[in-house]
Amino acid sequence: MRLLLKGARVIDPASGVDGARDILIEDGRIALVDRDIPAGEAGDTRVVELGPALVICPGFIDMHVHLREPGYEHKETVATGAAAAVAGGFTAVACMPNTNPVNDSASVTRFILKQAAEASLARVYPIGAVSKGSDGRELAEMADMRDAGCVAFSDDGRPVATALLMRRALEYAGMLGLPVIDHCEDKTLAGEGVAHEGFHASQLGLRGIPSASEDVMVERDIVLAAMTGSHAHIAHLSTAGALRSVRGAKARGVRVTCEVAPHHFTLSDERLLAPLAYDTNLKMNPPLRHAADRDALVEGLRDGTVDVIATDHAPHHADDKKVEFDRASFGIVGLETAVSLSLDRLVHAGIITLARMVELLSANPARILRVPGGRLREGDAADLTVLAPDLRVTVSAASFRSKSRNTPYDGWALRGGVAATVVGGRVLFVNPDVPQAAGLGRV
Amino acid sequence: MSEQAVRLRGKDLLGIADLTASEISLILDTAEAMKEVSARPIKKVPALRGKTVINLFYEPSTRTRTSFEVAEKRLSADTLNIAIATSSVVKGETLIDTALNLEAMNPDVIVLRHASSGACHLLARTCRAGVVNAGDGMHEHPTQGLLDAFTIRERKGRLRGLKVAIIGDMLHSRVFRSNVYLLTKMGAEVWACGPPTLMPVGIEQLGVRATTSVEEAVADADAVMMLRIQLERMQGGFFPSLREYFQVFGMTPERVRLAKPDAIIMHPGPMNRGVEIASEVADGPASVILDQVANGVAVRMAVLYLLAGGGDDETAA
Repeated sequence: MRLLLKGARVIDPASGVDGARDILIEDGRIALVDRDIPAGEAGDTRVVELGPALVICPGFIDMHVHLREPGYEHKETVATGAAAAVAGGFTAVACMPNTNPVNDSASVTRFILKQAAEASLARVYPIGAVSKGSDGRELAEMADMRDAGCVAFSDDGRPVATALLMRRALEYAGMLGLPVIDHCEDKTLAGEGVAHEGFHASQLGLRGIPSASEDVMVERDIVLAAMTGSHAHIAHLSTAGALRSVRGAKARGVRVTCEVAPHHFTLSDERLLAPLAYDTNLKMNPPLRHAADRDALVEGLRDGTVDVIATDHAPHHADDKKVEFDRASFGIVGLETAVSLSLDRLVHAGIITLARMVELLSANPARILRVPGGRLREGDAADLTVLAPDLRVTVSAASFRSKSRNTPYDGWALRGGVAATVVGGRVLFVNPDVPQAAGLGRV
Repeated sequence: MSEQAVRLRGKDLLGIADLTASEISLILDTAEAMKEVSARPIKKVPALRGKTVINLFYEPSTRTRTSFEVAEKRLSADTLNIAIATSSVVKGETLIDTALNLEAMNPDVIVLRHASSGACHLLARTCRAGVVNAGDGMHEHPTQGLLDAFTIRERKGRLRGLKVAIIGDMLHSRVFRSNVYLLTKMGAEVWACGPPTLMPVGIEQLGVRATTSVEEAVADADAVMMLRIQLERMQGGFFPSLREYFQVFGMTPERVRLAKPDAIIMHPGPMNRGVEIASEVADGPASVILDQVANGVAVRMAVLYLLAGGGDDETAA
C-alpha cells in the first residue's frame, strides 16, 4: 500500500527542506521525499493532490500533556486525549505521571501504553515520576520505567521539592540518558496563590504566585544541571526572569532546555478582569503572567531561547471549574488550540517562520525526548502534520475531541489550522473545513 | 461633564470598581433620605414591600448581617437569613447549586458574604436576582466603602480634595480596596500605610500614595481610617508581634495630633483595642466609629432601594 502526497509545501528544518515536494509513503514509512515523484504503476499507489496551499511538516509532538488515566477518567482518558491530539495536529504526546496511581512504576507505564495501543491514534510516550508517589522523598524506579517505555521523568504538578532530590534525580536520569522535567515553583513563596502576583491580582483580591517562585527554582535547577552535567528541562516556563536564566545558562553550555505553553504567549493576567471577571478557565499554574512576561516569552520563541511549544493540556470536568476562583482546579486543555494559536499569534504575526514553528513543535521535542520523528527521513515512520496556514478557524469547545472543555479560547477567530494528521502512514484526522485535504478521505 | 445618574446600571452591586462617580453620588444622596427614615418614630417605608431579600452568609458576621437585615426591614422587604458554615475540608453543596435552589424561590435580591474573592460575580452570573456583595474574600466590601464615604461626606461636606489615611493590613482587606476605589473616584487623596508585608503588590497603581511612615500618612489628614489587624497575620510571619505593630503603626493620641485639628477617626470594626488603635482614640471626640455603624443602615437601604425598589417607571401613572 503506497500513498503519494503531491504538490504541498514541505517544511523539514532538520534536512533544510522548505519548498514544493512530494512525499511517498510505503508500508507506513516515508519512502521518498522529492520533487515530482511519479505515481508509478496505476492501482498500487493512491495519489492525493494537496496543492501548494497546504504545508506538510514532520509530525508535531506535544511533550507536556495530562491524559488523566488511570484515576481521573471523567476528565480524560488515554483514548480521548490521543483523539484530541490527532485532531489538534499532534502525532505524539508525552503524558505526565500525576495520575492515580502515579506513574511511578513500570506496571503503570505499561498500562498507559496498553491503553494507547488500543486507542491506536497519536503515539503516547509516558513520562515517569521522579519520586515514588511524586511525594518528593525516594527516587522512583527510573531504569525499570525507562525499559517499560518512559521517555523522561517529572513530578509535574509539583516541583521536585528539595535540591538534594533534584540533584540525585539528575544524576540518576543522566545515567539513563533521559531528561528530568521540572515544574519550577518554590511552594514556600507561592503559598496558597491562585493568580500571578501583581497589580491585577491585587485589584481582584486574589492570592498571588510571585514570579520569584518560578525564578528561584529555575535558577536552582540550572545550578544543579551544571553541577551534574545532566539534562534539565524546564516545564511551562512563564516568566521573563526564568527565561533570562535559561538564556544565560545555555550561553554557558549548561544542558538546560525549556518549553512555553500557548496560553503564556497569548494571554496575560489583565484578562482576569475582563471580559469575564474571575473566569476559572484562566486559572492555571504557572498563572497567566504580566504582559511584559508574555512579551519576553514571545521574544524567547523568536530568538531560540525557547526550545519547545508544549500545551500543558490539563483537562478538568466542568464541576471542577464551575466554582469559586480560589477553589477551581488549575489548568486548561490545549491540544486542539495550540496549532492555530501558534500560527495566528507567532507565524502570521511575523514573530517566527513556519520552519521555526516546526522546530518548536516537532524537531526539538523529538530531540529532547530522544523519540523518533521530528524530521522527514526516508525509512522513518510516516508521522506527518499537514497545516492549512490560512484557514479561518473559529474555536469551538463544544466540538473538542477531548473529554473536557476547559478553554479560555472558545469562540476565538484564528488564522491557520490543521488540515490533516498522519500517524505511521495512517490518515487519522482530516479537517472537513479544508477542501484541499478532501482527497485524504473522511476520518 | 457627566450627568447625574438617576439609577444604577446593573442589577447587582459587586464592587465599587464597577461604579461611576455619578452612581456613587446617587447612592450617597439616596442614603441621606434613608437616614431621615431611620430618625423617624416609625422607622419604616413601603419601598420594598412584597420583595424578598435573602442574606446568604458563608462567613460569620454580626455587624454587616444585622445592618443589612435592619435596612431590609425598614424598607418593608421580606427577609430571610441563611448562614452556611464552610471550611475547605467539608465542601458541601456548591455555591452555584445553593444559588439555583434559592433562585427557584424567586428572590429579588441576594446579599452574599463569602470567603472567596469573586464569589459574588459567580452568583450574579448564575442568578436573575440582584446580587449585593457583603464582602467577598480579599476583594471588595462595597457597602462598607459607601458607608465610610457617606460618613466622611457627612462630616466634611465633600470628598474631593480631602486627605484620607488608611492604615493597617491592606493586603487582605476588602474594606481597603472598596475605600480606595471609591475615594479615588470621588477625588480624594488616599494615603495607605502599613508594613510592606501587608501591602498589595502594585498598590500605587491603585491610585494611592503608599508609605510605611504612619506620621507621614496621618500628617494633615482629614480622615484617618484604621483597618483591623488579625492575629493570624502575626502567625503568618507578616509582622513580629502585636506589641511591635502597635508601636510602629498603632493610632495613638500623639499621632492623631499630626492630623488636621478637625480630623475624624474611623474603623470598620471589629476593633482590636491596643493593637491598631488606642482606646483613647477609639473613644475620643474625633471618633466617628459608631456613626459609621448608623450610616451603614442608611447606605444599605439606599443600595437595596436603588436595585430592587421602584422599577415600575414605565408603568407609573
